[in-house]
Amino acid sequence: MNESLDNYLPVLLQILIAAGFAVATLIASALLGKRARRNEMKDSAYECGMLPIGEGQSRFSVKFYLVAMLFVLFDIEVVFLVPWAVVFKEAVASGATQFFYGMLGFVGVLFLAYLYALNKGALNWKES
Amino acid sequence: MDFIALAISAVKIVGLVFLVIMPMVAYAVWAERRVSALIQDRVGPNRVGFQGLLQPVADGLKFILKEDFTPKNVRTGYYWLAPALTMVPALLTCAVLPFGSQLFGEPMVIANLNAGPLFIFAIASLSVYGIVLAGWASNSKYPFLGGVRSTSQMISYEISLGLSIIPVLMILGDLNLGRMVQDQSVNGWLMLPLWGDRFSLKGLLLLVPVVISFVVFTVSMFAETNRLPFDLPECETELVAGYHTEYSSMKFALFFLGEYAAMIIGSGLAVTLFFGGWSLPFGWLSWDGKADLPWWQGLIHMATFFGKVVVFILFFIWVRWSLPRFRFDQLMRLGLVFFFEIAVINIILTAGIMMLVK
Repeated sequence: MNESLDNYLPVLLQILIAAGFAVATLIASALLGKRARRNEMKDSAYECGMLPIGEGQSRFSVKFYLVAMLFVLFDIEVVFLVPWAVVFKEAVASGATQFFYGMLGFVGVLFLAYLYALNKGALNWKES
Repeated sequence: MDFIALAISAVKIVGLVFLVIMPMVAYAVWAERRVSALIQDRVGPNRVGFQGLLQPVADGLKFILKEDFTPKNVRTGYYWLAPALTMVPALLTCAVLPFGSQLFGEPMVIANLNAGPLFIFAIASLSVYGIVLAGWASNSKYPFLGGVRSTSQMISYEISLGLSIIPVLMILGDLNLGRMVQDQSVNGWLMLPLWGDRFSLKGLLLLVPVVISFVVFTVSMFAETNRLPFDLPECETELVAGYHTEYSSMKFALFFLGEYAAMIIGSGLAVTLFFGGWSLPFGWLSWDGKADLPWWQGLIHMATFFGKVVVFILFFIWVRWSLPRFRFDQLMRLGLVFFFEIAVINIILTAGIMMLVK
């Protein structure tokens, strides 16, 4: 496995091409698109034809923040599990069972945290 | 890396992105409209060209020629940035997908990385930024709510998406998508272990966790790409058009493009991980990555890959027009509670089978 940074050069090239495509289409549409007169109504925020009421950004439920925090926690768990998963086959072939219990401990600790969050109602969107 | 190699990869990128994925996006939209019409006993677009086959071209032209309107109350810079930020990651993820075996001695993958699935997840999650930015920059209520919803939906399904491929990585023992496909080509697909090494008690028992992770993966992919049973970010009855309510012309088209490109690449990943990528069933024309392949076999492999992806897209469309939409609390519960638990138990089940059955 000789992973050198050279392998990532095509990715860089693709970033340039994809970004170039996005910029080109946006510019093309800005240049070629029809222009019509603006007016106050057209500039206002769309609220199904009614006059917009209040601010564009209203408050939203704190639950969304909780989901974001939980995401960070559990996504890191997933990332840590990936290297374990990749070498698991060879470990089983060489008879290393402690490998399995290590994962059980790791997932178990996180599962406790998950049960705590569940108990606290962090994932319950229904109440009130 | 010398200039010639760089030129070859440029050819591959342009060929894959502009000659395959873009037309596939355009015709996925056409297929979506025709198939939905078929399902709902309508006709669908059939006027532009034979059977409406030129409809995507007409749509594309119209997207460019429509008024490119930026409302005054939006945050202009971010408003312009958001559509590009949704589309670019969607196109980037195809860099590691092996869309064929080998053609004229050249591996048919843009970047042969040893961290394929991780790369896809890392880049694909970036498109959340585009959506949240679109919702925030629009400075309007419905897009804002749509953006917030979309973000929480995408990040909660990303966990089960990531967990669902862990059993696959355990069974294949590799992170390089190209080698994963070669392994499946010789030893049997994960979802069809009927030849090679996998045609054994262990392989058939492992089918149970593989099927579970395939179901979790597919459903999470539907949620990630905001397809219908999970299209709450843009459900018309509640949020007008969700995060892209204030967008028009090409900026709207880029959101659309990003969504369909993500769908195609998600299908490609599912095909690669579970259905043996470019390989034919029962070990026909299998390739272990060692000897050079004749060009016609390379072409057959490529056609097989894209054929499988097309089947997957038709499945996407079929599901979209068959199922009703979830409610938001049901959706969050399904992602973070049900699928999370299933995926974790599935990992332990896979490990148990691999350890106990020799």
